[in-house]
Amino acid sequence: MASAREEILARIRNAKVPAAQPVVRGYHREGPGGVELFAERVADYRAVVHVVSNVPEALTSLRGKRIVAPAGVPEEWLIEGVTWLREPLSIEELDQADGVLTGCAVAIADTGTIVLDGGEAQGRRALTLLPDYHVCVVRADQIAASVPEALQRLEPTRPLTFISGPSATSDIELSRVEGVHGPRTLEVLVVDQQ
Amino acid sequence: MARNPVTWLGSPTFPKAAKAALNDTQLRQNLRKATGTIRERRAAAVTEMTDWEQLRVAGEQIKNDVLARLDTLLVELEESVTARGGVVHWARDAEEANLIVLGLCREENANEVVKVKSMATAEIGLNEALEAGGVHAIETDLAELIVQLGNDRPSHILVPAIHRNRSEIREIFQRRMGVEVSDEPADLAEAARVYLREKFLTTKVAISGANFAVADTGSIVVLESEGNGRMCLTLPETLITVMGIEKLVPTWQDLEVFLQLLPRSSTAERMNPYTSVWTGVTPGDGPQKFHLVLIDNGRTATLRDSVGRQALRCIRCSACLNVCPVYERTGGQSYGSVYPGPIGAILTPQLVGDMHDPQAASLPYASSLCGACFEVCPVRIDIPSVLTHLRAEAVEAKGRTAESVAMAAAAWIFAEASRYEKAQKAGSLARFLAKDGRITSLPWPGSKWTSSRDVPAPPAESFRAWWRKNRG
Repeated sequence: MASAREEILARIRNAKVPAAQPVVRGYHREGPGGVELFAERVADYRAVVHVVSNVPEALTSLRGKRIVAPAGVPEEWLIEGVTWLREPLSIEELDQADGVLTGCAVAIADTGTIVLDGGEAQGRRALTLLPDYHVCVVRADQIAASVPEALQRLEPTRPLTFISGPSATSDIELSRVEGVHGPRTLEVLVVDQQ
Repeated sequence: MARNPVTWLGSPTFPKAAKAALNDTQLRQNLRKATGTIRERRAAAVTEMTDWEQLRVAGEQIKNDVLARLDTLLVELEESVTARGGVVHWARDAEEANLIVLGLCREENANEVVKVKSMATAEIGLNEALEAGGVHAIETDLAELIVQLGNDRPSHILVPAIHRNRSEIREIFQRRMGVEVSDEPADLAEAARVYLREKFLTTKVAISGANFAVADTGSIVVLESEGNGRMCLTLPETLITVMGIEKLVPTWQDLEVFLQLLPRSSTAERMNPYTSVWTGVTPGDGPQKFHLVLIDNGRTATLRDSVGRQALRCIRCSACLNVCPVYERTGGQSYGSVYPGPIGAILTPQLVGDMHDPQAASLPYASSLCGACFEVCPVRIDIPSVLTHLRAEAVEAKGRTAESVAMAAAAWIFAEASRYEKAQKAGSLARFLAKDGRITSLPWPGSKWTSSRDVPAPPAESFRAWWRKNRG
């Protein structure tokens, strides 16, 4: 008897689907972009957004005392008065932390999205999932205008998380409620140094 | 061969189920409210995009290309997933897929698994199969949890508990979780958070579906809102993803189209709160064992039909459900399948693959052919055309029936003017059955027609007779 793999592939070939037309990509690849649009779109998701010029200064208003800081977070962000939790951290330690502070890989102005890729200042995925409060620092040059531009900047084989606002559900009468399993508060600091 | 669990065993045909559903005023109220809200929001999210039509066309073309090259793309996906430490399994049907997943759970000694909402696993009846094998699957999406705790069936692709209102959900949660909770959506969501938290932190095996799989990189993509997906995709040691073979896109770039089409069409958002992308196994981050189960379960049979195969372009957004006047009135359970609404009416009978099955054969008739579904479909599936195509197949499968005999008789009468006029004269007698210009019940075989619709009373004199008298 043929294996399931061989049989399925044979069935597909037997279906004799004719070749398709070439794909016409007539949609926009670019957009207006910019810090202002990004901040506006993030705020639409009921996330907290601040456009700042100095990160350490902005961090003085951090909520909570025990904050996770992934590897690669700049020294100057680790301000005094906060207990910074560094890896290795257990699931329980992450669950009990007050929050997490990260950078990001890319952001998308058009959709108000931040993307984490586990790189510098972001850490493994559990770090930004278990604490109930996520503060993300986005540099102006990390903001792509559109979804196509953002995907082009990303390395697909890294573990990626696209975040658009705090965790939410619309499962009850389709009315949106912020805060289910992921962080219930998302705070985005957009660094604009002009 | 075992029956395909895409339809629920013992479901009545659509007209029968719809008749019962139409008497449920609570259901109709819940649905009218929910679909009305989402329709308006989707329209706003789409109007904002000046290139929406170009995105739809690109979405259609990319998916057509996938269907044309499905064999090579699947092999390419298998290679890229394997190269990154994943294991790929193939399943011809539901039974085979369920056995593979059950075997993998047993290998990990898991008697409990957490699940991300997935249409593919609902289609194959995975939860029931696991339960029978001693493995309890916990649904973690809020709406799926409501359905699971209520021992209910799903009624919508995106929001399976759309038929329940807040007070009904409160009642289910109080009864099954043993907690006091108000009927505020925020409180109900909080109750679910608390209920599932420990499960997420301790369960070793997770099962998910996939919205997309990228053939050239081996990346799997899951879109969600609550963070339950991230929990399942990140914390357990083993991840099993079950995916229909058509869920592919050829390249990473192609996602740029679907990540714009899907959120706006399904939840009417610019972007859904969370999208996770992973490729095989990443050392030190997330599950260290990854299995991808590719299922056929009627898809290759669907692929053979040159008209019907476009249903395989579906990205499960559910926009067609929300605009459908039939769905809004009958609800999703009347369709007797995890795939309700317009897309269900064309996908379900094709996956079943047997038009002699009266329930499946009744689904293509669950439509007024108004065309709203085609207009909103982000991958431009011409649902009305597939519906009429499948109706023709259903008629053919029925063979010689009262209807086909009547049609043959009509053809004979229409073929000759004198026969036609005689028939008209005889027919006009039926006006004595009319009340207020309508006939609501004809004697057999006419009763077959009037059981679901009225007939206007025929006039005393036909146009041809009048013409001959006055102008002839």
